[in-house]
Amino acid sequence: MSATQTVTAMQTASAAETAIRTQPAIRMQNPREVYGRTLVELGHSDPRIVVLEGDLGKSTMTCYFEQEFPDRFFEMGIGEANMTSFAAGLSLTGKVPFTNSFAVFAAGRAYDQIRMGVCIPKLNVKIVGSSAGFSDFGDGSSHQTIDDVAIMRVLPNMTVLVPADANEVRKMAYAAVQHVGPVYIRITRNDMPDVTSEDEPFVIGRPVLIRDGSDVVIFAMGQMVSESVWAAEALELEGISARVVNVSSLKPVDEAALHEYARGMRGIVTAEEHSLIGGLASLISWVFRGRPTPLDSVGVEDRWGQSAHSYAELQQEYGLTASHVAAKVRAVLER
Amino acid sequence: MRRTRDPAELARIARLIRSHIVRMVGIDQKGHLGGSCSAADIVTALYFYKMRFDPARPDWPDRDRFLLSKGHSALAQYACLAEWGFFPKRELLRVKQLGAMLQGHPEVDRTPGIEANTGSLGQGISMACGMAAGLRLDGRTSRVYCILGDGETCEGQVWEASHAASFYKLDNLCVFLDNNGLMTNGKLTDRYNTGPYPEKWRAFGWHVLEIDGHDLPAILDALDTAETAKGRPTMVVAHTVKGKGVAFAEGRPEFHNGIMNRAHYEDALRGLGVDPAEPFNEQPEFSALAIARRGSDSAPERSRLEAARPDLRAPAGGAA
Repeated sequence: MSATQTVTAMQTASAAETAIRTQPAIRMQNPREVYGRTLVELGHSDPRIVVLEGDLGKSTMTCYFEQEFPDRFFEMGIGEANMTSFAAGLSLTGKVPFTNSFAVFAAGRAYDQIRMGVCIPKLNVKIVGSSAGFSDFGDGSSHQTIDDVAIMRVLPNMTVLVPADANEVRKMAYAAVQHVGPVYIRITRNDMPDVTSEDEPFVIGRPVLIRDGSDVVIFAMGQMVSESVWAAEALELEGISARVVNVSSLKPVDEAALHEYARGMRGIVTAEEHSLIGGLASLISWVFRGRPTPLDSVGVEDRWGQSAHSYAELQQEYGLTASHVAAKVRAVLER
Repeated sequence: MRRTRDPAELARIARLIRSHIVRMVGIDQKGHLGGSCSAADIVTALYFYKMRFDPARPDWPDRDRFLLSKGHSALAQYACLAEWGFFPKRELLRVKQLGAMLQGHPEVDRTPGIEANTGSLGQGISMACGMAAGLRLDGRTSRVYCILGDGETCEGQVWEASHAASFYKLDNLCVFLDNNGLMTNGKLTDRYNTGPYPEKWRAFGWHVLEIDGHDLPAILDALDTAETAKGRPTMVVAHTVKGKGVAFAEGRPEFHNGIMNRAHYEDALRGLGVDPAEPFNEQPEFSALAIARRGSDSAPERSRLEAARPDLRAPAGGAA
């Protein structure tokens, strides 16, 4: 395919994408809002649950839990290191603590506290990184997270979950409480279109088929799942049948299921709003090492974020739209 | 459970604990002799006077908690736990060996009686705060004890935790500052002064006591006084000598994590009243089982303990 043809194809995809995006049938929900409400539900059903907050409760939406259970809510101020070790101490008395901040601080600022205090002893602490990826578009590189999945995945004993929509956020919060051990959940600021249903069960480790197809499989994570669905719908107009699989459980992951989803496919594409180093691209490349199927990835090249006036501008700048996914699919099939 | 408030008996136990520390450091191996010995009297007072616990049930929910924020003093804690029979005493001689129960720094899931993982400085005090908050939430009367190093106060997290303890009025928390004055490469006051400590913790809203950290009656009084403070945590600034009890190591930064040769090792043991030629006594002096055996009137208690901890059962025909 020539450069001109590629551009034309991308324009086509964009038009299709726009049409699909504006479909009224797709319900949008805010994952933070759903997370905050879910914490309250969990608080009612399980008295062990306590919530720690790094002064961002009206953004992470732990404010609902604070209203409902003031005695089980700990405002820890702007001190994520202390918040995380304090949570470790709470868990050592049998509590199930959820620590909350922006992902960049929850995971990055408190990395050593998570590492030694939580993950080595496999404590039952749930770390929730909010406003992840580029979703805090205005605040720039200091607040944007392209590295959290990488640094959480590398920790032995850690479970890493990246919801593709608000329904999954709710199910993951429940699953995190069921699971004994550290869990990291990555939550975006943006409203997200539903790509899963409310009643579909969520199982830690299990990749989920979102849309079936027969030529190529797109393994996607988080916000990029819906982008990949739009890409697949655009590609269908060109006669390319793309399967979309939501890899919302980055660790552990059912590798056999991933292989099953890729069986008979002519190409594999990964899509994530995260660095290409250490996230989904790394995971899938590792799982499919030595396999002949052409594989390529959409994600953040090895560079930092920056401020913008909208999330869409950053998606465009960093190559994280449905069009970019579609282009990558075409390129993989050309090989 | 046997407890004593007799300073002479506690001093004897502290010497025993220090002799175990020396044995654990061993010959021609690196080991944290200095900081373990500076904290030894405080740790002894906690385990043999103040704290409530049950070696047969290390996870008893109403126990008092003790954690070393300065995790590198683990040898002092291991020695006390072994004498209480939390684990077989011979484990002391396997410390830091590949696969050993006793790691270079404390690990909660490997060692009975250890309450948290520490070693990366500054975090233990935050964990102690979280434990104190969790215990209070459950309405338990358990207390949380923690030892902080003076060099450790360079870590900003110590001060984050100090805010939290005071804000949440954690009066079931008592922290000792093992103020031995030395960091790895010299005197704190010369290299990176973080004092004055009593003034700083008072300003943070703590109940502050200041003692000689080797004066056992003063330590015992501080432990009692700490319980009377309501609505605020207690900080006991304990002035100590690094390497205390091992003459050649006292006040010497090179024995922070230094190496003893054979002459050092034997000198150190002799100084603590132990003949280096004598074999290591593997019977824990204070284990619940040893105590139950001594008070031979409680057969059911003895069976209960033996069932709970078969690893501590006396050899057939043997007497504790």
